[in-house]
Amino acid sequence: MSELTTAVPFDMPVAVDFHARQVRKFKWQDTIFHQLTLFFAFIVLVALAGMLIALAVQAMPVLRQSGPAFLWTDVWNVPDDKFGALAAIYGTVVTSVIALLIAVPVSFGIALFLTETCPACLRRPLGTAIELLAGVPSIIYGIWGLFVFAPLFAKHVQPCLQAIFGKVPVIGGWFAGPPIGVGILTAGIVLSLMVIPFVASVMRDVFETVPAQLKESAYGVGCTTWEVVTGVVLPYTRVGVIGGIMLGLGRALGETMAVTFVIGNANRIVGSLFAPGTSIAATLANEFGEADPGLHISALFALGLVLFIITFLVLAMSRWLIQRGIARQGR
Amino acid sequence: MSAALPAANANAILSVRDLNFYYGDFRGLTNISLDIAKSKVTAFIGPSGCGKSTLLRTFNRMYDLYPGQRAEGQINFHGKNLLDRKQDVNLVRAKIGMVFQKPTPFPMTIYENIAFGVRLYERLSRSAMDERVEWALHQAALWDETKDKLQQSGFSLSGGQQQRLCIARTIAVKPEVVLLDEPTSALDPISTGKIEELINELKSEYTIAIVTHNMQQAGRISDFTAFMYVGELVEFGRTEELFIKPKKKQTEDYITGRFG
Repeated sequence: MSELTTAVPFDMPVAVDFHARQVRKFKWQDTIFHQLTLFFAFIVLVALAGMLIALAVQAMPVLRQSGPAFLWTDVWNVPDDKFGALAAIYGTVVTSVIALLIAVPVSFGIALFLTETCPACLRRPLGTAIELLAGVPSIIYGIWGLFVFAPLFAKHVQPCLQAIFGKVPVIGGWFAGPPIGVGILTAGIVLSLMVIPFVASVMRDVFETVPAQLKESAYGVGCTTWEVVTGVVLPYTRVGVIGGIMLGLGRALGETMAVTFVIGNANRIVGSLFAPGTSIAATLANEFGEADPGLHISALFALGLVLFIITFLVLAMSRWLIQRGIARQGR
Repeated sequence: MSAALPAANANAILSVRDLNFYYGDFRGLTNISLDIAKSKVTAFIGPSGCGKSTLLRTFNRMYDLYPGQRAEGQINFHGKNLLDRKQDVNLVRAKIGMVFQKPTPFPMTIYENIAFGVRLYERLSRSAMDERVEWALHQAALWDETKDKLQQSGFSLSGGQQQRLCIARTIAVKPEVVLLDEPTSALDPISTGKIEELINELKSEYTIAIVTHNMQQAGRISDFTAFMYVGELVEFGRTEELFIKPKKKQTEDYITGRFG
């Protein structure tokens, strides 16, 4: 009897052979699949390195001429071939900071309303509207900003701001100068409008990940909605919220078209937020078309490299913040 | 269907009268009337979906968070109807605390988990707060396990410890009633045992209402038991009586395992 049972598999050599073949085939398929996905993933690295190298090579002439001083020189003199990035960096950073200062609280409010206090019938239309806003092409924000927002801003808001803050020491200077509409502050406000849908929808999504029971337990000790949000929802979602803000910052730093329209395109630094300025992306968009080969082009590539590095630093910083948050929370 | 009210009427802390509860158009509870006796443990048993958790959630108006859910009738607490629109919900919830099925520590340190709720209603000095935290952890029989790691995250505790932390957090605000919604269903038998012991000790100071799927548990820890079925209160009485000689056939069938 036992002879029979052990003999059975060996009585079917065809089946065993087939089985072995299948195994070999699967192994082979897996290897191919693995190599293919590895290749795709590698493309990302190659593209990144390629871009960085191309930017660096093209930027070399100007960097060799002015050295690291390129970063903190506030001159942009095309006829004399004198280039410094400071005005563009200043414009980029200041407009982005203004954009975030406005966008973060507003987005937080939107996300909070949508997830915590919004009546069910409003939730979907509002959520969809925000996603649509994120889809509006930036050129439209630009036209709207230049032709509609800037004149209104110059006529009604800037005089008010000047009247209120003009005499205050230190910050008074931020609101000095003629109210012409276009300028750093206008660019910051238009940027904030563009950033809000991104930050708000990320925040809404992460707020929705908070387990209902966790919120209920916070309500259960007698919290108001505000206390639940600041005490439980925000700490629970801190990582996602930081991620959303950084996503918005990344977009603000690199935004080109809308900013080019409303920033005024003056390559200089004036303390006032009403003054026209420029950003890295706006300078690139404005000048590439008519730049002569030589130092001017090289300077523009160097600006691109700087923007690349700033964005990279922002990303690295957000990573670090998130890591630290996780470590401190112990989970 | 009105079940006979038990003798403890005079000591009732919560008295429910003709309570109906609706999820939109669906009626989740039908004409519930019962008294929750002060400083006793009242257990709610019944098959899934019978409305026992729903009933518990009316006691602290947790349903208020969800549009479309509403309750009609009366739940009297210190002479006031909790269901009254004018009733301050946050205050109710501080007086009538709740612990949930799954442990839900807040995303903060063990110490902060307890101090968080206390801070909402009391302004304590640092040392008084330290004392309160220690007291609450003692009450929840968690002090010995956590005294050396109060500054660690609440998530670093085991499931059973997390649940006791949630109980400590609830007790720390000094509520009068503690609602427990299947507090041990996500825990192992040893942790369950600890929580049951805890409930036994807590009942001298607090009124406890517990929803449980585990009939042995209801038998072990409760003074009164309510059996519910499809949104109605079928039978309510002293636990020994209800388990030994139930008055209704349905109750008998359920506790002997013939349906449910």
